[in-house]
Amino acid sequence: MTLNISSNTKYVLESADFQQLIDVLVDMGYRVIGPTLDHNAVTYDDITSVTDLPIGWTDEQNAATYRLISRADEAFFGYVIAPQSWKKFLYPSQVRLWQATLANGSFEVAPEPEKSQPMAFIGVRACELHAIAIQDKIFLEGDYVDPTYHANRENLFMVAVNCGQAGGTCFCTSVNTGPKVETGYDLALTEVIDPETHYFVVEIGTERGRQVVEQLSVRAADKREAKLPKSITDQTATQMKRYLNTDGIKELLYANFENARWDDIAQRCLACTNCTMVCPTCFCTTVEDMTDLTGQQAERTRKWDSCFTMDFSYIHGGSVRYTSKSRYRQWMTHKLATWIDQFGTLGCVGCGRCITWCPAGIDITAELEAIRQTKGTAEAKKEVSNENVG
Amino acid sequence: MINLTKTPLMTQKQLANPMQPEPFRVKRVMKESYDTFTLELEPIASERLFTFVPGQFNMLYIFGVGEIPVSISGDPNQPAMLVHTTRIVGSVTKAMSKLKAGDVLGVRGPFGTGWPVSDAEGCDVILVAGGIGLAPLRPVLYQTLAHRDRYGKIVLLYGTRSPEDILFRKELEKWRARFDLEIFVTVDYGDSDWHGNVGVVTKLIPKAPFDALNAVAMVCGPEVMMRFTAIELQKRGVRGDGIALSMERNMKCAIGLCGHCQFGPTFICKDGPVFTYPQLQSWLAQWEV
Repeated sequence: MTLNISSNTKYVLESADFQQLIDVLVDMGYRVIGPTLDHNAVTYDDITSVTDLPIGWTDEQNAATYRLISRADEAFFGYVIAPQSWKKFLYPSQVRLWQATLANGSFEVAPEPEKSQPMAFIGVRACELHAIAIQDKIFLEGDYVDPTYHANRENLFMVAVNCGQAGGTCFCTSVNTGPKVETGYDLALTEVIDPETHYFVVEIGTERGRQVVEQLSVRAADKREAKLPKSITDQTATQMKRYLNTDGIKELLYANFENARWDDIAQRCLACTNCTMVCPTCFCTTVEDMTDLTGQQAERTRKWDSCFTMDFSYIHGGSVRYTSKSRYRQWMTHKLATWIDQFGTLGCVGCGRCITWCPAGIDITAELEAIRQTKGTAEAKKEVSNENVG
Repeated sequence: MINLTKTPLMTQKQLANPMQPEPFRVKRVMKESYDTFTLELEPIASERLFTFVPGQFNMLYIFGVGEIPVSISGDPNQPAMLVHTTRIVGSVTKAMSKLKAGDVLGVRGPFGTGWPVSDAEGCDVILVAGGIGLAPLRPVLYQTLAHRDRYGKIVLLYGTRSPEDILFRKELEKWRARFDLEIFVTVDYGDSDWHGNVGVVTKLIPKAPFDALNAVAMVCGPEVMMRFTAIELQKRGVRGDGIALSMERNMKCAIGLCGHCQFGPTFICKDGPVFTYPQLQSWLAQWEV
């Protein structure tokens, strides 16, 4: 620890010393969360040891396909992304908002205490950092702040890991969210592995990050090593198989609210809600009001919800979006068009989860392209009337 | 020249915990028709005043049953009393209709934007209501009548299903007796005693007495009614941006975070419920938005 750690320098942490990073974060009081194996999938969960990591495993992802495959090496972060995003920690799928008790002919409401041990995430991908930045806009930067998200987000320590490979459903390059981690991290790691060596190039993003590196057995990266984060992610970018054409995307979808392609998608979409559950930016919730058996105690729980359910748009008389066509259209138009009006950014980070986890293998990039290639009713009508004038 | 401004109102700064209901006591329940009723509520803390602007809504919670958005139908100049009028359509409104004086219910709010009542000063004010849509417009009548000299003509065009469904009937009759307020009512189907108009409310627009070039219209009713009302008003010469509409959607949070109330790019709860017509025009013509 004789090294004077500077934020402008890149360092090398040997894989054999990686446990130090986990230990330092635990000692600092963080609840350390990282990738681990569970139910034959990579899952972000509590970790205490390097051996909790999915060492030597990778994930094969494609439309409606996910499976773990063993790697030829012992890489710690040799997979692409977990099925569930970090959203489950920052904005849990189920939160009790308050409890109420009947008393003196009225009721008293007790809000839930905001309990939150600060969390440290290890293994956040570039697209996932962007997804968290998008949820920050929604929950922290609007007219109202969500207390749960705020409490979980406030002291979050972010160890990002650059992607050494692209998954079969990834398209981050086309939405400018990766594969290289650019901002929003405390530490960014690049895993370097070959038969002789296994180490991490460490980039420092914040003063907190610098203080953590001070406690690790690192050495300054040499010139060649310092270039690896860029060269490795450049290589990853070339593997990207899918592409979302964002050119005039908002106007395109606004002009194609009526388009035969929506009917075509509706033939395949099961309205199962998978895409919204795995999406790292989807934020919709519902509330459930319950009482105990005596009727004296009541509570309200908030749960993740999905615009694919009939209940979602229910008002007296029925659901506003009663066809799966309109529900898919709502989801995709929200992600790629209305989101821009609402939050100044796309609602999609190109992580590809919605493609992987759609049981029908519906691909948002392909559907957008299909809409681009066809003409919406409004546009087609205009053309017909122009012809008539001509 | 009329150009409505949007009025964003309540934010976190005004509401300590926007997701937490505050208990209010029912002072009086009034049956308006066979399926509509009005609740007069008082804060449990007697010094508490409930201030709002016409057009805003509250989330009303029945202990253990559930919570729904309901517009405020009372007088904004009487903040000691909170008044809601609604129709029995689901489990929460049904439980609400069974409340008696002394019972308690939870209130969160007020939320959302209000009617352009101050923008309308110096103009003729046209209120077009369909059915229960009269409830969120009643505070506009209270407000404009309290400052009657600031407005030109005040005209209410009200369409409802049948004579039995007429909301606030006694109050309407009282107001109709005034010389400074014009009220026209039409019903979908009359009975043998009905000598008034029959047909959709849009039919009243062509002959209603107002200066279209200097008018602000506030419209609340079913979406299709609002859409065609806006078209009729424009045919009369009312500018599109002089028309305000109030929208309704499923709502769980009322603070723009649950996602349920989206209508195109807007969140009805925080960008609305009151919008100017140009904000919604292109979306109103679409199905299943």
